[in-house]
Amino acid sequence: MSENLLEIDPIAGQGEIMEISMGPHHPSTHGVFRMDVRLEGEQVVRLKPVFGYLHRNHEKIAEHGAYLSAIPYTDRLDYLCSMTNNWGYVLAVEKLAGLAVPERAEYIRVIVAELTRFQNHAGLVGFLLQDMGASGTPLMYAFREREKVLDLFESLSGARMMCNYMRFGGVRVDCTAAWLDDVRRLLPALPKFVDEFENLLRSNEILMARTQGTGVLSRELAINAGVTGPMLRAAGVNYDIRKVDNYGIYDRFDFRIPLGDHGDVYDRYMMRILEMRETVKILEQALRDIPEGPIMDPKVRLRGLRPKAGEAYGRIESPKGELGFFLISDGSTNPYRYRVRPPSMINLTILEDMCLGQNIADVVVTLGSVDIVLGEVDR
Amino acid sequence: MLGEGILQGLMETARNFFGSYIEKDRLTTVQYPEERFELPEASRNFPFLLYDGTDPDAGLRCVSCQICEKECPPRCIHIEKSKDKKPDFVGKQQFYPAVFDIDVSVCMSCQICVEVCPFDAIRMDKVFELSTGDRFGGLLWDKHELSKSNEYYRQIHPVEAAETDERRTKEKADAQAKAIAAAAAAAAKAAAAAAAPPSDASSNGAAHPNPSKPVTQ
Repeated sequence: MSENLLEIDPIAGQGEIMEISMGPHHPSTHGVFRMDVRLEGEQVVRLKPVFGYLHRNHEKIAEHGAYLSAIPYTDRLDYLCSMTNNWGYVLAVEKLAGLAVPERAEYIRVIVAELTRFQNHAGLVGFLLQDMGASGTPLMYAFREREKVLDLFESLSGARMMCNYMRFGGVRVDCTAAWLDDVRRLLPALPKFVDEFENLLRSNEILMARTQGTGVLSRELAINAGVTGPMLRAAGVNYDIRKVDNYGIYDRFDFRIPLGDHGDVYDRYMMRILEMRETVKILEQALRDIPEGPIMDPKVRLRGLRPKAGEAYGRIESPKGELGFFLISDGSTNPYRYRVRPPSMINLTILEDMCLGQNIADVVVTLGSVDIVLGEVDR
Repeated sequence: MLGEGILQGLMETARNFFGSYIEKDRLTTVQYPEERFELPEASRNFPFLLYDGTDPDAGLRCVSCQICEKECPPRCIHIEKSKDKKPDFVGKQQFYPAVFDIDVSVCMSCQICVEVCPFDAIRMDKVFELSTGDRFGGLLWDKHELSKSNEYYRQIHPVEAAETDERRTKEKADAQAKAIAAAAAAAAKAAAAAAAPPSDASSNGAAHPNPSKPVTQ
């Protein structure tokens, strides 16, 4: 430890360097995540993220089970967004096995995925403000809205968070007309919540002082490090897989991609707020256009699916970034190789670059703005 | 002006606070053990086994095919097949589970057992207040703890249960019609074998309402 420290600290003698282990049970780390932080006074001179505390062997478990039995495990990757996780996985299997998805199922997928995006962003801004010390109020407002979305998920799929809803070739159960009406009824409340939230804190002087210029991520570094999702767009890069890949039926919807230009915590915070507004637009269009029809490809065999030997990569824009599933099939009932590309882990790798030279209190805020879920980071 | 943004935010919290005295839908929580939200029909928690009629042993629908045991992602189901057989709802002789255990501390409520069951024998329950001091025995449910009647299923999932019942009634009617047809065909064959005039046998068969599905025995 000592020889390293001398290299880092050319102005030795000014103060002592202190090593702090933040986490794995620190309330600001959003789960079991540890940061080895070296401080000079209050300034960060080195930060080493340590993960793996929540490792559950997800990939190997999926390789030892049938294609169907991996779907409930994907719920537990990013446990706040089970619907989008399901989608990423079933998209990969559909590519691998060459399955078609009926129209109605595509619309249902878009609706549940966008609701997921909304509730994830609502929760994230609540947690981010909680990290900054806005204790309770914003988080409770965010959770009140999130609860409404989770109630919809429960009445559709049976579970609030571990939905296990999508299947390769469609979705598990059809949504009733009453459920669609419930979503339509909820829709006007969502922009109202965003307005309320913006009113609450957008021009708050303390928030601006804490977030503007904090945790700046440059455009170049964001691209080179493979950062995706709202973090990349906050750095000013126009890259959204919904537009780039047009997976599912996203090319039918009219929506915009919000972009930031400073790449600081404030931009990332606003990015979530603006994306919530765009999400509502997509929901409105999807609810207007949803057709009647089947929800499953009739040819698909859920049990004992044997895709031809080959490989496929399915990726979607999850609320946190590019969520990809890579599958290799050897023609048997379980995947030969199964790999997850988790957005929150890759977004986390540049945490040190964003935190160097900042105060220790800003590390907490910067980490909060990355939007990590440890279930996905550690898998 | 410095502090304007903070005041604006405080106005918002004040609106929420005082609004909660006027608008009831601003109150989003309930006093849990006394008041409860009603669970939606689709809500699921842990699996249970269904039986028809009143006797859980005689009416148990499970035929011990062990598909759910194989497909369960966390492998929380343990089944041992019986040596003898008992008649199922259409009267066909089937195996039954001598042992059927579910470890609900392992179960992850994914519902895949329900999806793959071809006999409508396993369904998801809605009970969630299951805390127990006995973490091993108390959470390992055997066949008797798991068995619930079809009436109970109709109560907790009315729409789904009606659909299942309708399908099963039809299956039973089909099976009975098939059995009658088979019996008639057998009788006709017997009559033919008894060297009766062939016209007799054909008229016997034609008299039956459903002669299209004769089953050779």
